[in-house]
Amino acid sequence: MNKRLPPLVLALLAAVPAISLVPGVNANYWLHNLILVVMWSVIGMSWNLLSGYCGQVSFGHAAFFGLGAYTAGLLYVKLGLSAWWGIAATVPVVGAAALVIGFVCLRLRGPFFALATIAVGVILRVVAENLTGFTGGDLGIMIRERTWVEKTWYYYIILAIAAGTFWFVERVVASRLGYYFVAIREDQDAAESLGINTTLYKTIALVLSAVIAGFAGAFYMNYMGYIDPKVVFALHDISIMAIMVVIVGGVATRWGPVVGAVIMILLAELIRTIPKIGAAHHTVFGVLLIVVIIFLPNGIVGDMAKLRRLLRIGRPS
Amino acid sequence: MTAAKIEVLLQTLISGLLLGGLYALIGLGMTIIMGVMKIINLAHGELMMVGMYVAYVLFSWAHIDPYLSILVAAPLLFVLGVGLQKYLINPVMKVDAILPENQVILTVGIGMVLANLATLIFKSDYRTTPVEYATKAWYLSDYWRGAPIELSLSFPWTVSFLFAVAITTGLWFFLSRTDTGKSIRATAQDKDAALLMGVNVERMRVVTFGLGSALVGAAGCLFLPIYYLYPDVGGQFTLTGFVITILGGLGSTFGAILGGLILGVFESLTATYVGMGWAPVGRFVIFVAVLVFVPGGVASLLKRRKLGK
Amino acid sequence: MSALLEVKGVSRFFGGLAALTDVSFSIAKGEVLGLIGPNGAGKTTMFNVVNGFYVPSKGDVLFKGERISGLKPHQICQRGLARTFQVVKPLQRMSTLDNVVASAFLRVKSKAEAVAKAEEILKFTNLWEDRAVISKSLPLGKRKRLEIARALATDPELLLLDEACAGLNPSELDESVAIIRGIKGRGITIMIIEHHMKVIMSISDRIVVLTYGQKLAEGTPEQIAHNPEVIKAYLGEGDE
Repeated sequence: MNKRLPPLVLALLAAVPAISLVPGVNANYWLHNLILVVMWSVIGMSWNLLSGYCGQVSFGHAAFFGLGAYTAGLLYVKLGLSAWWGIAATVPVVGAAALVIGFVCLRLRGPFFALATIAVGVILRVVAENLTGFTGGDLGIMIRERTWVEKTWYYYIILAIAAGTFWFVERVVASRLGYYFVAIREDQDAAESLGINTTLYKTIALVLSAVIAGFAGAFYMNYMGYIDPKVVFALHDISIMAIMVVIVGGVATRWGPVVGAVIMILLAELIRTIPKIGAAHHTVFGVLLIVVIIFLPNGIVGDMAKLRRLLRIGRPS
Repeated sequence: MTAAKIEVLLQTLISGLLLGGLYALIGLGMTIIMGVMKIINLAHGELMMVGMYVAYVLFSWAHIDPYLSILVAAPLLFVLGVGLQKYLINPVMKVDAILPENQVILTVGIGMVLANLATLIFKSDYRTTPVEYATKAWYLSDYWRGAPIELSLSFPWTVSFLFAVAITTGLWFFLSRTDTGKSIRATAQDKDAALLMGVNVERMRVVTFGLGSALVGAAGCLFLPIYYLYPDVGGQFTLTGFVITILGGLGSTFGAILGGLILGVFESLTATYVGMGWAPVGRFVIFVAVLVFVPGGVASLLKRRKLGK
Repeated sequence: MSALLEVKGVSRFFGGLAALTDVSFSIAKGEVLGLIGPNGAGKTTMFNVVNGFYVPSKGDVLFKGERISGLKPHQICQRGLARTFQVVKPLQRMSTLDNVVASAFLRVKSKAEAVAKAEEILKFTNLWEDRAVISKSLPLGKRKRLEIARALATDPELLLLDEACAGLNPSELDESVAIIRGIKGRGITIMIIEHHMKVIMSISDRIVVLTYGQKLAEGTPEQIAHNPEVIKAYLGEGDE
């Protein structure tokens, strides 16, 4: 069952755009939400690789998302290239940035690493805001010519990125890299004593994670057509959201980020449309986060057994 | 150096020190919490925000001066802090999860709820507290006729600074003279040893979080006359608190005071000589630099000198 | 016979405290060296220095003729020196097998080879039946054996065992001693810290005694057992 599930899910997702054939259904609205879900599962998988599997909990993933977005945007603004090249350019640009950031931050352990990543995210935002000549400052970057008007092709592109990421993360986790990542997470000193070059492997995890998040950022630039520092380097809306997606879905699991993305995006959308509670979506998220951390610390997928037990308690036997 | 340049420098330094005094108060609350509980409280700024709104409400409805509101806000925040620690944070510390940073993430959730609730109640409008002494200041030229330069001490800044000093001194006495204070310090230094000595570590944790919250709530009241208030104002103060705590050295009250002053002066200098927009970056560059090069903060540097390394 | 490990005049200070002062000894290939001493004598510190977690404040450590003091632990392990920890450090959420597989990857490239190697070692250390158990649920005795198994998977030439027998009941103890003898039988050199006098005396070829961070005596178990200074050091502490 486990082997056939990913291709099955992929096939189902690939068929989704067919709903535009159903009369009365606002296909664009649903596709937009689905695109966000898929994009967030990419960001979630990226965070999961570094923080869930390798245990280096990042509170600043917006840094990489934003760097990817700006790479795409600046290629367009400065070099007149299509912003889609940003996806390819993400590899060297965000990769190099991750090496530098890793060099500074990975020597810090646990909560200190987390704090340093927050700092990195903020530094990048402020730099983007202030280097007006280069980045456009607060005005951000706007792409005037949209590649497509219909959402379908955007959807397939992000779906391809997500499928590729899913497959790639699976392979990594099952390989020597995966074992080393988890060993580092479980006990860094023990891992060192077993011959694992923890600095090297933490850096690898960071670079891989950063580039994947960067892909999502570059895609975002192309899809939304507009970015600015406050949006793409956002602490709450990007960095914390990435954490929530994976914590709710299930840390260090295959499907956790996907499940988490579905829940968080659809929940956000649901709240937004309810008139009274609309503005309270951060409260709901905050409460959800608190509840999950206390009762389901390994997320829905990770604590599936516990979840079933809790739900059964509510039912009369 | 011309008189004008000296004037700018001195004024910048003065502003920096006054700001630093207030920052120290934020840092103190956080360093106590971090020292005792070893947790990172990312909701610290939001607690301060709550204190600010309490003072704001008291001012708007009952015209109570923000400085007096400390008497209301501090106890209120203490109770809130105790509640959060007892009912939310303690349970999480007992849960076994893959990521030990779960408690940090929990405080993020708490912060989000607090900030959002404030938005729902007060809307995100910027609010000011127009106290009558807002623009009052003391000028050097009033006291020293013929002074070569002009310096001014803003009234609300100075009063806030003095209050901060008073509170810090009070805290100092509390921690070094009272039994509870000493128990708190013991728990911070070595939880297991403290437990063996009969200290109720659980209760110390709860009291400490309450105390830290009360301190930062008081800081909020002191900031109100000189700052804009809006629900998301907390975030920057949380991060400021961290920079100070790390700069000063985890768990060191003296370090937090020094750290606050240093940061205040540094930010003031950055704002004057580099540009307003870059101040946050300066703050974080210090932060990362300290984390990497002097992880024990200023306190560890002082300790090294003492041990004569 | 040239020494596999040479500890030359090693001192290690922490602030004003001298944890180790001018300790020198060497281990020949194939022998079992016991490191004993009262609590706080500096034995684990010595291991931490040899293994690379601490850099010696003074002196050098040479392994196979090469200076390793100053190298990182993983580099030292790559050169053939492995260690276990006194307070065991299992990779908690991984199964027993995966713990050893992770370690086996040091010497082999593919997962299949790593698993094969891990399986062989699990059988050797009597952990084969528990291979699928999540290591956090293992009882202490098996966790101690897992520490050893993991270290073995790195194909060490020198193995540092830090209190591998502490806290074990008599039957677990016999099993562990048998495994240690088996390790020696494979040609692996061993340096072992142990408080169980019987174990140390019966396994070791030679013994080094540390007190207060200094080397007190060195010799065969016979010599050490009859050394008056050693006896005083132990009885004086009111220990074992």
